[in-house]
Amino acid sequence: MKNLDFDWKPLALVPVLSLLALPLIGSGSTWLTLTVAGLAMGMIIFIIASGLTLVFGLMDVLNFGHGVFIALGAYVATSVLAGMGDWTSSAELWRNLVALALAMTVGMMVAGAVGVAFERVIVRPVYGQHLKQILITMGGMIIGEELIKVIWGPQQIALPMPEALRGSLLLGDASIERYRVVAVLVGVAVFAILAWTLSRTKIGLLIRAGVQDREMVESLGYRIRRLFVGVFVVGSALAGLGGVMWGLYQQSVTPQMGAQVNILIFIVIIIGGLGSTGGALIGALLVGLMANYTGFLAPKVALFSNIALMVAVLLWRPQGVYPVTNR
Amino acid sequence: MLNRILSNDFPRSKFLAAILVVLLLGLAFAPFIFPGVKALSVAAKVLVFIVLVASFDLLLGYTGIVSFAHTMFFGIGAYGIAITSTRYGASWESLLLGLAASLAVSFVLSLAVGLFSLRVRAIFFAMITLAVAAAFQTLASQLSDLTGGEDGLSFKLPALLMPSTQFMEQPLLGVSVDGRLLTYYLLFITALVLLLALLRIVNSPFGRVLQAIRENEFRAEAIGYRVVVYRTTSSVLSALFACAAGAMLALWLRYNGPDTSLSFEIMIDVLLIVVIGGMGTMYGAAIGSVVFLVAQSYLQDLLRLASQAASGIPMLSALLSPDRWLLWLGLLFVLSVYYFPTGVVGRLRAATARDSLKK
Repeated sequence: MKNLDFDWKPLALVPVLSLLALPLIGSGSTWLTLTVAGLAMGMIIFIIASGLTLVFGLMDVLNFGHGVFIALGAYVATSVLAGMGDWTSSAELWRNLVALALAMTVGMMVAGAVGVAFERVIVRPVYGQHLKQILITMGGMIIGEELIKVIWGPQQIALPMPEALRGSLLLGDASIERYRVVAVLVGVAVFAILAWTLSRTKIGLLIRAGVQDREMVESLGYRIRRLFVGVFVVGSALAGLGGVMWGLYQQSVTPQMGAQVNILIFIVIIIGGLGSTGGALIGALLVGLMANYTGFLAPKVALFSNIALMVAVLLWRPQGVYPVTNR
Repeated sequence: MLNRILSNDFPRSKFLAAILVVLLLGLAFAPFIFPGVKALSVAAKVLVFIVLVASFDLLLGYTGIVSFAHTMFFGIGAYGIAITSTRYGASWESLLLGLAASLAVSFVLSLAVGLFSLRVRAIFFAMITLAVAAAFQTLASQLSDLTGGEDGLSFKLPALLMPSTQFMEQPLLGVSVDGRLLTYYLLFITALVLLLALLRIVNSPFGRVLQAIRENEFRAEAIGYRVVVYRTTSSVLSALFACAAGAMLALWLRYNGPDTSLSFEIMIDVLLIVVIGGMGTMYGAAIGSVVFLVAQSYLQDLLRLASQAASGIPMLSALLSPDRWLLWLGLLFVLSVYYFPTGVVGRLRAATARDSLKK
């Protein structure tokens, strides 16, 4: 966070990228639509990636199983929203929002609870051994995905949008889907809460100190492991929340969605600098914008656009845009 | 003599040596010992997997880095043969052209990914290979003009290797001597040569440096070895061997599609075989491949039976359904990494070492 005040260059990447895309796209209203869509996608990705990057920064644990919590959150949302059919199909906005909020809360709680078990069983025995961590968490990912198939079935499930959130707002010629506005609002709220917690509270201070230098914090008498369990659980819950939002964004859920989003968030945290929250935000926005622009301009290239983006950023700053010192 | 062939890396356990000899003889005479189309297919698949897994072991077991793009190179090798054989007809030239082209593509791609991600830190490698492999898999199914899309490509081989070609009027020891048999022995010789070549690589001074990097990267760099160069070379070499394994698969199946060579499931199989056989032991690849592939053919049947038996209990029967094969594989994988990290070969060698200490 400290770097954010001084190092404005990465921050400028987001407007630069969107301005560069403007002449290529041509029409201003299309550009606005794509930009808002990209920002909404970026905010959802950020919600998911923030937990992963903190877990890595704090304990040097690279969790390849993070995707499980995304899929879990989304599947819980399908069950909750299906159970509240009367509320989601109602045209009143507040009923829709209550249903959505409930789905998000339950999704976060379930993902967080599974996160406790995941940390205890899968991650804890392999602290400090990168190779085994990668293998074990990947194994956890496979098991989680299969268990989701056992519970909800292997097929794709539709996740219909609540009634009042469907459709778009017209802003001049540009049409902006209502749900994307909600996504941006939730994303901004999560970022604000995270930024406030990290920079203004004692726990946040300890987390940031732990990311910078774990041993020093431990030697000052703080139990970083307990702190870490908390961060892991919050990270899992955030992934669950992101999963709910991603599922609604795609309007359907599949058991494989966790693995697909996993790849996106890896790219995001590599761009951002492993362990940096501000970097994850910038990385997520860049990836979201890039995906929407290239999806419109050249759909075949879109597959590799994120990898190309990562390559470009790493050529500029090999440790990511906001490198975390001591790593 | 044996010393030279095995690059001075003996099994170091009588029991292990016995298993390896049995495997070698079993695979060498598989067409005569286990008659039948299915058994021969399993044996050929074992040969392909021995090369694939051994090449992955060079990366995971000896260099200590994880790649999730290994099946990408496997797929490139298989597609190389499939595409040239479809486009330019069945001839030895198109086979050679396909092999050469796919080796070249693998070389360039692995060099680019390796140099790029290993330059900063090894942990990037796992994440970046995952992303590249996923993009490549989608690309392969999208470029349907070239790759046949989801349907894949079926193609013919030169007449010498086709099953319809008979070399002898009478079957030899009850086995008809045809192009299929010749293909099997072609694969057998190739697998043997490639495995011995890998054994040579890991026991060379270069291989020792790789192991030094695995044990302590910082110290290896301090002694004066360029860690990036060694790691990248290792990843390029393993990609080339995986590509060759892919070509072997295509030769045997005379078909290639995204699911047969590129799917993530194969990647998980490879990871599991390396761990079961023993990371950092080339012999582990051979033992692991045999154990795993034979088990795969029978365990799935067993699961089907168990699922039928448990059909009264709703949750249990869903867990035991053969479609959930991957669940049990994943569980087995996690448990193996925890409790069986040195694999079969590591255990056997440790047992021998203990015995010799007692004496």
